[in-house]
Formats: sequence, structure tokens, C-alpha cells
Amino acid sequence: MSRINEAVHEIHHLDAMASREGRINRIHPLSKLLVTVWYITFTMSFPVYEPGGIFGMILYPAVTMRAGGISAVRSIRKLKPVLLLVCAVGIANPFFDRAVLFRAGPLPVTGGMISMATLMLKGAFAVLASYLLILTTSMESICYALRLLHVPKIMVTMVLLIYRYVIVLLKEAERISQAYSMRAPDQKGIHYRAWGTLLGQLMLRSIDRAQTVYESMLLRGFDGSFRLSKKQKMDRRSAVYLAGWLGIVVLLRYVSVFKLAGSLLE
Amino acid sequence: MHMADALVAPAVAGTMYACSAAAAGWAVKKVQEEDDPKKVPLMGVMGAFVFAGQMINFTIPGTGSSGHLCGGMLVSAVLGPFAGFLTMIGVLLIQCLLFADGGLLALGCNIWNMAFYGCFIGAGLLWRRIMKNGPDKKKITYASVIGCILTLQLGALSVTAETLASGITELPFAVFAAAMQPIHLVIGLVEGLITAAVLCFLYEARPELIWTGDSGKSAAGAKKPKLSFRKVLLALTGAFILIGGALSLAASANPDGLEWSIQKITGSAELAASGPVHAAAGRIQSLTSLLPDYSIPDRETMLGTSLSGIFGGLAVIVLCIAVCYLFGLFRKKGRHEQNQ
Repeated sequence: MSRINEAVHEIHHLDAMASREGRINRIHPLSKLLVTVWYITFTMSFPVYEPGGIFGMILYPAVTMRAGGISAVRSIRKLKPVLLLVCAVGIANPFFDRAVLFRAGPLPVTGGMISMATLMLKGAFAVLASYLLILTTSMESICYALRLLHVPKIMVTMVLLIYRYVIVLLKEAERISQAYSMRAPDQKGIHYRAWGTLLGQLMLRSIDRAQTVYESMLLRGFDGSFRLSKKQKMDRRSAVYLAGWLGIVVLLRYVSVFKLAGSLLE
Repeated sequence: MHMADALVAPAVAGTMYACSAAAAGWAVKKVQEEDDPKKVPLMGVMGAFVFAGQMINFTIPGTGSSGHLCGGMLVSAVLGPFAGFLTMIGVLLIQCLLFADGGLLALGCNIWNMAFYGCFIGAGLLWRRIMKNGPDKKKITYASVIGCILTLQLGALSVTAETLASGITELPFAVFAAAMQPIHLVIGLVEGLITAAVLCFLYEARPELIWTGDSGKSAAGAKKPKLSFRKVLLALTGAFILIGGALSLAASANPDGLEWSIQKITGSAELAASGPVHAAAGRIQSLTSLLPDYSIPDRETMLGTSLSGIFGGLAVIVLCIAVCYLFGLFRKKGRHEQNQ
């Protein structure tokens, strides 16, 4: 499957998942957005030499996956590109920070190794949290939450428009590059002589489409902003969800669950 | 160049969110002032175009690799820097949420590194200046390539600074920058060429779509600019009274970076100098300095510190205005307005 087709497929999958009527899906989008940002902020605030504490943060993604009926395998697959990037940045740490902190049997564990492991855990948890948000909340609901946070109307409208047209234009881009590759077999990518014409055509079509979109929006009574159809009220369940996770995340940040469990067992 | 959440500390992320939010607020205000209802759908569809366009790989001649277009410059060359900036925010938000391309916490950093430089420095300053007397293919190619290289270099430098400020990597600044800058020089060149190819095509097919900054200029010419010289002067005066008069009281008593370094080496925060030249300079300084060591002579009071701040601010403003008059900066503008 081509990269563009994969992207279209992924967007369809996310849409299907977000539109389900699950327990997590029914929570108010503002609660989920705030919990996600809160969770990521606290996860990122762990010191680099504290991988033990950060393990406890797995609770939020684990519970959300379980409650939302989300495939762990698919979610973990999502981590690959981010972990590669984080690894590329953190790879220098074991070479520069060679102070041995402890020994795991015969293997000396250095500060650099620990900081790199912490970095990768942080990256994994942050991506999981964002992915779980979009899996359980539609883009329209996220935009609704952004409006509640007083993000300017023009920006929210534009994000919704980009989201609505991204699939259309991705499919158009796929058609164009497929037509090109059929005329230029065994060629990787687009030849430099065709760069301008190919992408320029797509751009002109997009601009013409914008004109058509604008006219049809006017016919439907567009006055500068979208009416978001799902106006949810913050119910008790959503408020408890928000307050509960805010508290749990702070607790996980300052109390090491594994150390606590260990001391209780002793 | 999308930064993941793991590469930024919350404090750095928060600072960059604040910077990006300020720039976005300014852009929203400017777009609203334009009052063009067609612009929002165009921004939406152009955002989707950038998203789709970045998915297409372009072969880099002579190598086995490929590149993609530079979104910020391209969008701004059509929509202008303000609408372009907002469009790029939308693209980055969706890339982050749908494809985990850049983190939610690092979004402020990514907006700054990729959208701010591309739209405001690349298009707002460079593109507008080059296209001042009308576009042609040569200028478009030149502006696109230089703009993309410059903005990618700035973006890469910011990534390095943000990562190091977050304490993520043990790499020294010079080593990290030496790894980041050259690779982004090549990427910038390729992205610039792709962007130039697209914009040259657009210029040939629909030249009216290329933004040159003219519309912004004529719109601004229709009404009196909101920020007059008097208002700017008043705002500056208010700011220096507040900072110089009040905030100077909270200034740290610790030595600054240079003093600290000297103290570490010599054991004293100030270096003792000898010789006739130093003595003469010292005498001149003691005669001319009205408020030595930021206080009233022989009396270290809070009033002295505040007075020093206000006096210093006033002196700088007077000096700046004098320099502006000396070089005819104000006069030139008045003459230009008369000619118009």
C-alpha cells in the first residue's frame, strides 16, 4: 500500500474508532483533552535519571485502552517512528554520560543508558496519550473543546476545513502520483522536471475547489463559522473522569508506585 | 523537523506555546482586519493541499533519496504570512493528532520552528522584499530557495536550542548544531527548489494568485495606521518607567555572567587596572556618571535605583531619537508620504 493510501486508511480507521459509542467516547471532549495535556506535561516533567517512577505512568494508557476496547498492538505500532526519532537524539547520551550508577549482574548500567531509557519511555507514553485521545474523540469534538478553551473561531473553522478536505486531496494526490508512476515505471519518486507541473496542478485544483467549497458554504448559510452539531454538556461522569485523572497523574508523578509496592511487600 | 514530546521539558514547551500563541493572536487579528470571507475556506483547502503535497516524494537528482515541499513558504506565497501562519498551525495540529508527527506538548515548539520562521521570516520579510517590484520566475526561484534555506536553518537551530534547554541530550551545543545545520542546509535547498518549481508553475498559470504584499500595503494605505509615532513613544515611555522604576528594584544582587567568570578566575568581581590611560578614563567616568553603580552618590537607596533605571531609559530614548533624526529616518518617511 502506498504512503498516501496508508494515510487515508489511517484517517478512516480513526474516524470509525472515534464515532463508536464506547464508555470513553462518551466522556466530554474537554475532559479528555485536558487530561491528555495534563498527563503529557507531568510525564515529561520526570527527571532523566528516574525511569522507575515513569513506569507508573503506564496506568493511564493501559486503563484507557482497556476501557475503550483499543488494540494495544496497533497502538504500539504507532510508536515506531517516534521512538526512532527519540532514539536518534538520545543515542549520544550513553557515550557522553559514562558514570556507572549500578550493576545489573556483570553489566554496568551508566547514567547515559538510564537517561536514554527514560527518554524513550517518555516518548512512548506521550504518543500513546495523544493517539488515545484521537481514537476516542472525533476531530469535530476536539475542535468543540478548543472553542470552549477560547481558541479563536477562525482557527477552529480552518482546522475543521483542513480535516474535511484532507482525505479528498490525499486521494487526488494519490491519483496524480499513480498516473505519473504508470507513465514512468521503475522510477522512484517524481522526476525534477515534473515537480512544478505535478504539484502545481494539484494546487490549482485545490484553489478551484476552495472557490466551489466557499460558494456551497454560502448557499448553506455560512456566516464565518461552523455550527458544531454535537454540543455536549459536562455531565457528572465527565467531571469525575477529569478530576480523578488529574489527581491520579499528580500522585503517580510524586509517588513511585513500584517503590511503594516493594516497601509494602517487605 | 517535527519535535516529539519527549524532546522538550514542560517549561520550554510552555514558553514556546506562549510565543506561538502571541504570534497566532497577532495573525488572527490581521486576518480578521482583512475581512475577506473567502479566505477561510481557501486557508482550509490550502492546508489540506500542503498535507497532501508533503506526502508526495520527489526524486533528488544524483542521489537515491527524495524530498518534499516546504509548506510555510508555499502557503504564505499564496495566502500571505498571516493567513499562511494560521494555516500551518492547522496542518501541524492535524499532523500531530492524526499521525503522531510532532507531539501535543511540543506543538508550540513545532509551530515556532516550522511555521513562524517560514511564514514571517521567509515570506513576511524575505519574499515581500524580493517581490516588491513585481514577481518574475527568477525572483520566485531566488526567494523560494533562499527563504527555505534560511528558515530551515533557523528552525534547526531552534530545535537544537530547545532540546538542549530541556536537558534532553548530553551532546554539547556545538556538536549538536554541527549535526543539525548541514543536513538542514541540504534539505532546505531541495525543499526550496521544489517550492520554487510549484510557484513558478503557478506564476505561469495564474499569476494573480502569487502574493506580493501589495494588497496588504494598499489596505493599510486606506486607513491611518493604528500605531502612530506618538503612541509608540508613549508605550515605550510607560514600559521603561515600569521596568526601570519598579522592576529594577527586584534586580538580582548576584554578579552577572561575566563578573561571575572573573570572580571564579581572579577571586574578585572587578579587575583592578593601572596605568595613566585607565586613570584618565576613570576620572572622566566619575565626572560624567550622574548615578554611579545605579544609585545616588554616597547614598544607596531604593529611590536611587529607580531613578537610575528611569534616567537610563530616558537617555536611551533621547539618543535613539537623535540618531533617527541625524540619519533622516523620520524625514524620509514624511517625504515619501508627501510624494504619494
